[in-house]
Amino acid sequence: MTTAHALSRQNFLSSLSVFDWLYAALLWTGAFYAFTKYGHYMDVYEKGFLFGAATIFSVLGWLWKPIRVLLLTVAGVSLFGIVDYQGDLTRANHAFFLKYLLASQSAIMWMSTLFILATLTYWLALAIRSPFAEKVGSALTWSAVAMGLIGLMVRWYESYLISPDVGHIPISNLYEVFILFSIITSLLYLYYETRYNNRSLGAFVLPLISAAVGFLLWYAIDRHAQDIQPLVPALQSYWMKLHVPANFIGYGSFSLSAMVAVAWLLADRGILASRLPSLDILDDLMYKSIAVGFGFFTIATILGAMWAAEAWGGYWSWDPKETWALIVWLNYAAWLHIRLVKGLRGAFLAWWAVIGLFVTVFAFLGVNMFLSGLHSYGTL
Amino acid sequence: MTPSTPTKSLYELFSSMRFAISLFTLLAIASVIGTVLKQNQPYTDYIIKFGQFWFTTFRWMGLFDVYHTVWFVSILFFLVLSTGTCIYRNLPGILRDMRSFRAEASEQSLRHFHHQAEFFGTIPSTHALEQYLTQNGYAFRERSLNGGTLLAAKRGNLNRLGYLFAHSAIVFICIGGLIDGNLPLQAEQAMGLKHIETRDIPESEVPAISRLSSSNLSFRGNVTLPENDSADVVFLNVADGYLVQELPFRIALKKFHIEHYSTGQPKTFASDVVLLDKKTGQPILSRTIKVNHPLIYDGIAIYQSSFGDGGTHLALSVWNLNGPQATAIPLTGNIHDDTSIQVNQQTLRLEFKDFHPFNIESIGADTTPANLGGNAVADHKNLRNAGPSFEYKIRFADGQALEYDNYMLPVQIDNRWFMVTGMRDMPNKPYHYLRLPLDPQSSLDGFMRLRAALMNPDVYPQIAQNFARSVLPDSQPDEQKKLEISIIKELTMFAHGGYPAISDFIEHNIPANQRDQAAQSYLKILELSAWQAYVMVEAQAHQPAPAQNDATGWFLRDSLNALNDIQFYGAPIYLQLDHFNQVQSSGLQLTRSPGKNLVYFGSMLLVLGVFTMFFIQERRLWLLVKPGEVLFTMSSNRQTFDFENEFSRHRQAIAKLIQES
Ligand code: HEM
Repeated sequence: MTTAHALSRQNFLSSLSVFDWLYAALLWTGAFYAFTKYGHYMDVYEKGFLFGAATIFSVLGWLWKPIRVLLLTVAGVSLFGIVDYQGDLTRANHAFFLKYLLASQSAIMWMSTLFILATLTYWLALAIRSPFAEKVGSALTWSAVAMGLIGLMVRWYESYLISPDVGHIPISNLYEVFILFSIITSLLYLYYETRYNNRSLGAFVLPLISAAVGFLLWYAIDRHAQDIQPLVPALQSYWMKLHVPANFIGYGSFSLSAMVAVAWLLADRGILASRLPSLDILDDLMYKSIAVGFGFFTIATILGAMWAAEAWGGYWSWDPKETWALIVWLNYAAWLHIRLVKGLRGAFLAWWAVIGLFVTVFAFLGVNMFLSGLHSYGTL
Repeated sequence: MTPSTPTKSLYELFSSMRFAISLFTLLAIASVIGTVLKQNQPYTDYIIKFGQFWFTTFRWMGLFDVYHTVWFVSILFFLVLSTGTCIYRNLPGILRDMRSFRAEASEQSLRHFHHQAEFFGTIPSTHALEQYLTQNGYAFRERSLNGGTLLAAKRGNLNRLGYLFAHSAIVFICIGGLIDGNLPLQAEQAMGLKHIETRDIPESEVPAISRLSSSNLSFRGNVTLPENDSADVVFLNVADGYLVQELPFRIALKKFHIEHYSTGQPKTFASDVVLLDKKTGQPILSRTIKVNHPLIYDGIAIYQSSFGDGGTHLALSVWNLNGPQATAIPLTGNIHDDTSIQVNQQTLRLEFKDFHPFNIESIGADTTPANLGGNAVADHKNLRNAGPSFEYKIRFADGQALEYDNYMLPVQIDNRWFMVTGMRDMPNKPYHYLRLPLDPQSSLDGFMRLRAALMNPDVYPQIAQNFARSVLPDSQPDEQKKLEISIIKELTMFAHGGYPAISDFIEHNIPANQRDQAAQSYLKILELSAWQAYVMVEAQAHQPAPAQNDATGWFLRDSLNALNDIQFYGAPIYLQLDHFNQVQSSGLQLTRSPGKNLVYFGSMLLVLGVFTMFFIQERRLWLLVKPGEVLFTMSSNRQTFDFENEFSRHRQAIAKLIQES
């Protein structure tokens, strides 16, 4: 319960340990180093993002301690990978560490494997009621997140190695955002895991992430989607760096709530009830993740509108993707009102949260696959 | 209870949760329609897709432009109304709540709280409890009650402001959106003050009833400018036509730039534009507009939205594919223009459609296998630039048209060079390509001379004679004659029906068991005749005698294949592109949206409101301190797990305070 109450105390800053300060100092040094080295390639927004990111991740690490270890590991290993490239992309094909571990594709395959292992371990833990197996599942999930982040970091660098004008943050296409989705959803889950000190929900959340990983693999094998592609002009905007992550915190949070709702529905029927948290906790978790999702999804939609105003000439064009974002948003707004204002609880809201997942998945996958519009970038 | 009047029950309805949720649902469902049915397409597309009956029905329901129909906007309107009345209804309560500490609570009412605890023992001074409250972020009021002291405390007041922010935000956003929507225009249309233009006429001839003045509050329109051209209007697409929107300035395109990555994907679209004073023609400012970098002038935002060909000049050679001529005639044309030519007593209309300065194509399969490890970078060695190409239609006297796609540069296939031209009879179908082989001088002349000879019955006797002499130099004249006749017969067959005619002939005249062999010898005869013809035409054209080698063999075979394929080419001419002078055009979008600021303000409020409501929790806490006894109660407008936690945390802490004292 540390985090929630830490904030409410004025002595939050004085509660920070040496490691906390060291961690923040490292982040800021890194940001400052990047600034002195690459600052003249950045516009004012990018400079803002650089230091904004250092601030956000410092505070995040202070509020939720495991983040510090995660980010320092990711930074260290990614840097090792980047240095190991020696400026030569083809080293990914033969240099040992790159080829088997750190080149973005390898790291992402490790992420995928670890997520699937984590899923199996959580299931095993649920079946044999083993707290130890749960801990292993948790550790595997953390490692998967680390490998995913390392993969993205290295991929970011690789895109610049192709050519400086191709370089861009790897959140620009469906392949890359699926990685982001897996990472963010796991992190949200891991947060609740520490917060509620209960690991049994991994058996419900991780399968969804494994499904995302399955899609990722299919997308790579069948469609060769793993290639780093340069950005079309519409995507060359600093807005992307804000809009996409905000959206995926939203999607991730909604997905989490749906999987918790599944657990609620089972527990309500007495299935696995003795192995799962109480219905009250599940209900609370379901509400919270929808609330967090709604907040970030609101931000993401607004950022999207602002971006659209700059790229397409209008903040709202009733483009299919925009419209589906509105539908998702209305869906959860209704959910929240029913729960908070009408005070309704129980199976109805749980089913609704599950259906919400389908609406959400359609908005972020179905629209790209079935409906055409400005977001498909078929034309300029 | 006051009797319910119609106004009052309407008020009740609008501010009710039930009504709000119904609107959410309705709005969501209505929105889906517009994403499933592609909006604002040409009406003819819809007619083809749905048939006349459904087209009329759907149009009547406004399904081709759902988001601007009266019924859709009405839903939004009611949402605003509902949210507005909801705020109006809740506001007094919220303000009262924010001010009040509920210090007037009676002991009895406190004892009805669900969350309560009672402590007995040595009671600390109220001072220690007050300090505890302050430390935990609670503000409080104090009064004496039933011989003790009541501390009424609260935290997270802002939560209630969150409601106000988030909900008034909806009102702001919707009003902003309505300002930028096209309601006034729809009203004017409904009253007959404005009329949609559906004819394809020059802008200057569009009548005033279809024009909007430059003082129009909000608009979103497009204009396509060729390089070195200018415009002082944009076009608003409405239903199946358009309206002309006057601009307060003139905009000129100096140059359009397009840059590509090495893989052929576009990298930058940019237009160098100059804004000119409408009256004096004086330049006001010049700027480069790029995607994601619009120019904003005088409240009007100018965006790079598309690009195309602005009328590239083409210099062409027209080759007659059916006639006996072996030379080309020159022709010039511009993209987007039409021209007519006379070919073999036939009038053909040429419609030049588009020009591509280069074509990045992948040759062979992608060389990167599905790569599950290591390198995430595609190997693009299989890409090459096939050079410029242009597309045109040939329309025949009967109104039917075929589409063509011709490459300017020769293409190497299997180590031989060809001119390549694609044909299709339906838009959106893939092109079928015809390959015309190049002669050793890398020109089409050799093939064209050969073609002219092989298509000209007058020279068949000569070809046949040379052929017969060369293969049967010492035989009887009548034997030679027999061979000549069969050569002429085969050439005639080939000229009229290509390979299929010959194989048809074989099928009908030769017994099954000899057909393969016959086909071989017919093919041989055809190739040797082509050789004779080639030698002959080259001599006539004072060209060096063709070499007797593999290359010539391939050239002859390719020529015969091309002649065969010409049967299916559809057009009697081939257009060869000699020179071009590229003119590009840029599609600009110009918008005026004064509601945007309101929308952004509302958005900010929304985020602020939503996060305040979620993350600032309202808590109320009462401590009734009596000698030897403390009654502790808590309440919140959100019954969450955190609240439960906080309650038990305070209960323990207060118990400890009491023990310690
Ligand atoms: C598109 C329109 C609306 C949006 C986006 C919206 C959004 C929200 C949100 C995000 C919350 C906070 C939920 C929470 O604290 O977890 C909320 C609460 C609430 N909404 Fe709405 N709302 C809308 C329309 C309405 C309407 C029309 C009504 C009136 C019937 C209404 C009545 C309320 C009430 C009474 C609360 C609870 C406030 C509280 O307990 O503090 N909302 N709304």
